Amino acid sequence: MGFDLLPILLSTLIAGTPLVYAGLGELITERAGVLNMGVEGTMVTGAVVAFAVALTTGNLWLGVLAAMAAGALLSLLFAVLAISFRANQLAVGLAMTIFGTGLGSYLGKPYVGMALVQDATQAGGGLAQLPVVGPLFSAIHPLIWLSWDYCSAAVWYFLARSRAGLALRAVGEAPTSAHAIGYPVVRIRYWATLFGGAMSGIAGAYMSTVYASLWTEGLIAGRGWIAVALVVFATWRPERCIAGAYLFGGATMAQLFAQSAGIGLPSELMSALPYLATIVVLVLISRDSSLMRLSVPASLGKPFNPQG
Amino acid sequence: MSIRFELRAQPSKTMVWLSPIMAIALTCCVAMVIFALAGLEPVSALATFIFSPLADLYSVGELLIKAAPLILIAVGLAIGFRAGVWNVGGEGQLILGVIFGGFIALTYGPTGGIWVLPAMVVGGAIGGALWAGIPAFLRTHFNANEILTSLMLNYVAQLWLSYLIFGPWRDPAGFNFPQSAPLAPSALFPTLIDGTRANASILIALVAVGLGWALMSKSFVGFQLKVTGLSEGAAKYAGFSAKRAVWIGMLAGGVAAGIAGVGEIAGPLGQIFPTASPGYGYAAIIVAFLGRLNPIGILFSGLLMSLLYLSGDVAQMSLGLPSSITGLFQGTLLFFLLTADVLIHYRLALEPARPLYRREASNGL
Amino acid sequence: MPLPEADLGRQFRLELRGISKSYPAVRANDRIDLTVAPGEIHAVVGENGAGKSTLMKIIYGMVRPDAGDVLWNGRETQISSPAEAQRLGIGMVFQHFALFDTLTVAENIALALPEKLPLKTVATRIVEVASRYGLPVDPGRHIYTMSVGERQRVEIIRSLLQKPGLLIMDEPTSVLTPQAVDTLFVTLRELAADGCSILYISHKLDEIRALCERATILRGGKVTGVCDPRRESSNAMARMMIGAEIQAISSARTVTAGSERIAIRNLSLPASDPFGTTLSEISLSIRGGEVLGIAGVSGNGQQELLAALSGETVLADPKVITIDGKPAAHLDPRQRRAIGLSSVPEDRLGRGAIPSLPLSDNALLTNGGADSVRGGFIRLDKVKAFAERCIAEFGVRGGNADTPAGSLSGGNLQKFIVGREILQAPGVLVVAQPTWGVDVGAAIAIRQAILDLRAKGAAVLVISEELDELFEIADRIAVIAGGRLSASVPRGQFDRDAIGLSMSGQFAGSSTPPEASRVHSV
Repeated sequence: MGFDLLPILLSTLIAGTPLVYAGLGELITERAGVLNMGVEGTMVTGAVVAFAVALTTGNLWLGVLAAMAAGALLSLLFAVLAISFRANQLAVGLAMTIFGTGLGSYLGKPYVGMALVQDATQAGGGLAQLPVVGPLFSAIHPLIWLSWDYCSAAVWYFLARSRAGLALRAVGEAPTSAHAIGYPVVRIRYWATLFGGAMSGIAGAYMSTVYASLWTEGLIAGRGWIAVALVVFATWRPERCIAGAYLFGGATMAQLFAQSAGIGLPSELMSALPYLATIVVLVLISRDSSLMRLSVPASLGKPFNPQG
Repeated sequence: MSIRFELRAQPSKTMVWLSPIMAIALTCCVAMVIFALAGLEPVSALATFIFSPLADLYSVGELLIKAAPLILIAVGLAIGFRAGVWNVGGEGQLILGVIFGGFIALTYGPTGGIWVLPAMVVGGAIGGALWAGIPAFLRTHFNANEILTSLMLNYVAQLWLSYLIFGPWRDPAGFNFPQSAPLAPSALFPTLIDGTRANASILIALVAVGLGWALMSKSFVGFQLKVTGLSEGAAKYAGFSAKRAVWIGMLAGGVAAGIAGVGEIAGPLGQIFPTASPGYGYAAIIVAFLGRLNPIGILFSGLLMSLLYLSGDVAQMSLGLPSSITGLFQGTLLFFLLTADVLIHYRLALEPARPLYRREASNGL
Repeated sequence: MPLPEADLGRQFRLELRGISKSYPAVRANDRIDLTVAPGEIHAVVGENGAGKSTLMKIIYGMVRPDAGDVLWNGRETQISSPAEAQRLGIGMVFQHFALFDTLTVAENIALALPEKLPLKTVATRIVEVASRYGLPVDPGRHIYTMSVGERQRVEIIRSLLQKPGLLIMDEPTSVLTPQAVDTLFVTLRELAADGCSILYISHKLDEIRALCERATILRGGKVTGVCDPRRESSNAMARMMIGAEIQAISSARTVTAGSERIAIRNLSLPASDPFGTTLSEISLSIRGGEVLGIAGVSGNGQQELLAALSGETVLADPKVITIDGKPAAHLDPRQRRAIGLSSVPEDRLGRGAIPSLPLSDNALLTNGGADSVRGGFIRLDKVKAFAERCIAEFGVRGGNADTPAGSLSGGNLQKFIVGREILQAPGVLVVAQPTWGVDVGAAIAIRQAILDLRAKGAAVLVISEELDELFEIADRIAVIAGGRLSASVPRGQFDRDAIGLSMSGQFAGSSTPPEASRVHSV
């Protein structure tokens, strides 16, 4: 049976990271009261754009930046329709997913079958050359490091400690009140949506450039939807969102562990595990209606009209 | 001058039907831009894209055979959407129809008689209903979001079908290709029009349109669903059960998608592949909205979406573009539709940019 | 807003000239002029729909006028947003409050302050202002644990910390007990003495006469008069407000002691919602030909009681509620309607009717019996005929059976909803806030319809926050506070002060004041 703990931890980290990015991005968006169900489509587009740019320029970071821009641009489309024009947020999110998936597979057609060759030591800059901890840096991709300190810590601090975070929460809680005491509700919701889109873009970029190093249709495989579910599971708290992301990362990797452990279950069943786990987790959290009522941003999914 | 959106006193009934037409026109514009970017002459490319799939009788048959599942599923989904039940699991429910119908066809097809096909249809309906019943149960008992659960089940259904086709159902005489044995003739829909592949599944779609129309426009159940979708508070006050609406909404979609799945294997495919559906479950969402959640409207939007599928093949063969352009146009169409729908509730108003407040002549009253 | 002393006497703090604002269906403000001097308590009076709210939203920058000028301290100003209004020194206390339930008092107030202060400093300032004006409040408490009166205190303190030159109070007393109103007036007078102008919006003439120095009266979006309310009679002001004499309703108060038609026995119901109220040991009984009024400050269990009565909340024990002697607590709203209980919710557009649907569909909402539906299919002609009958008999103006409910005025839609229930000849009618946001004419018609139903032998339960309304139509009044119901007082023994005290939770059988019972654990 013997399998090492370290590879398991490492692969859990690797599989959980896109969910950290997409989940935290969506969490911020939802905290402002906007329900963007288009994460999946944004991730697909981000993945293709990052892959194409990284392959063409040979620079991973340019790819990531391009994916952020693409994600923000797509979510701007969402924001115009869902925030400014107050269209049904579920419908627009669904449209985003269908559109993003279509766009991704159209743009990505020429890149199917190509591989991105890259050197993690190079991506990590000089850090990998450090003694003792160097190997860790070369094993753990800088995008994973970034997801911890830049993303997770910053999001937590923003929500829990900063005045801007308090304003964001206030907007999600009661937009009419926030507007009445002088906060630009629409603008804050735009920024929160754009942030979520950019983060989904990074998540997509990570999938195509780091996780798989290739582009293929079905690469994202529902991770965007899992990220949306993750926010519910986390009851809209960033620290739980991160824990959940790694939990699902572990579930994604269960297939590999099972194989290495020689467990003879059909691989399809193991592949279905993350999806089934998502359902189970959603049920466990949603059944407690007063927990949901106290956690969910009260205006989530509801359009706001500043002219009242 | 600046353009401003003004709330209409009442939603515009004209715009409800004008909006899909605007969306189609705008999508055509985008298509021409994409063609131009690909170095094609935009107008003639668009003409090829739209009209060449309708060149002959065979092609018209293809249009109908692709429209049938789209219309069928969209009518089922629309019943749910009207009730505010967001079933986006049509794809998975279709696949369950394939699995249940396929099981009957593979097991009893070679020996069975005339009852095999009807049994497949019933089996497919049950399969789809079961798969839709899971989100319905989780929503009514645990308040779990049906969008997320029904969507997750799409992936699970796909993996289940893959397991069957790569495993127990693989055709031993199929040179190791991932496909089932061909279905027996008793498990296939009869062809309706000679010289085409158009089969009796089209009739099922038409029946669904009729039933859907009667349910939504004439029945008290349909009224209750509409009220539930429009105002949760009013439904509660009136005593219309929200749980019942969830069950009806989900199951209608599940049954329709399940039968559509049977239509696929018992029709044009004649065999079960791991990719039983080219995304009909998702495309049907667009069909439902484009058809204004109205069965008659869905009839037309289903034909249009079917044309888009055929045009994708044309794009690949005659225009040298990837067939995935269909998905891009589908998404664009839905986006434009939602944008144009803004005009149902708002109208565009031109006004001077400055000054903000202008004095109105006071007549001393 | 510090001003040179010399200017104070001559210059208006706020001046509006020719303000107009139209919405698609209605001209809400029509060339309105208004002036407020520094330190003045100025009333804006008008009945529901007269345009008061729109005008206040314009002053506070929430709505942009189509035409007209706003002068602030003599200078022409464009108030484009609430933030801009606050910067100028305009504060507003909202009728339904602009607070964040899950945040603390200090967090709520910190959010509204222009400078970023540590929460501790904010808390200190809150306590300072609170003691200065006698508005005790604990900065660390969460809003959702507070009573409505306390929430209003938080709103007032929040405005005061911004040192406003003008404070807008939008119907501030609608959520207060009579005693709390007195306390509020003391605070407002002190504020005015300190030089803060106050715009006091109300439709209650007695209050305005007690508090204000000047009143601008609106009707149908226009100014119909400016007066000194202390020197004007209520009747004269009412004429300016309504444009006609108030007609009295004819209540043939014959005591027709019928048999018991509805009873609640010992209803206790834990709150299903963490922000809701727990009902405890509620009992009542209404006989045919009797109107029971339930008074109380909103948020004390009225919604929960209504839901339990109408059937929206189904109870496990059928015998807790009996309708004409039949156990009914386990029935859903349609089943209860079938045995004779109808209800009218307080929320017209979100519950009682669906704004986007025509009146015929809205008639079908609660009238889905055998007459309207046969074999599962809707009999459209019957449904339309019923809607037309309702429109004709209850004087619903502004539409026919095909008109969307949302395009009717509040008063006409309420007449339609009440008419829809009464036409089905219920044995028991439960009505919440029957005349909320309704013009005076419609209010009279609705109260008359309720009394007519009573005369036919029905039992009626009216839940209302308007004490005057209950005094007018109820045979008995009970008070709900903190989820408990007081014993009822018969007509003839109605006493405003006693009922006011009960509304703050001080009645026999309740050991805990509502404040304490509203604290929930998170």
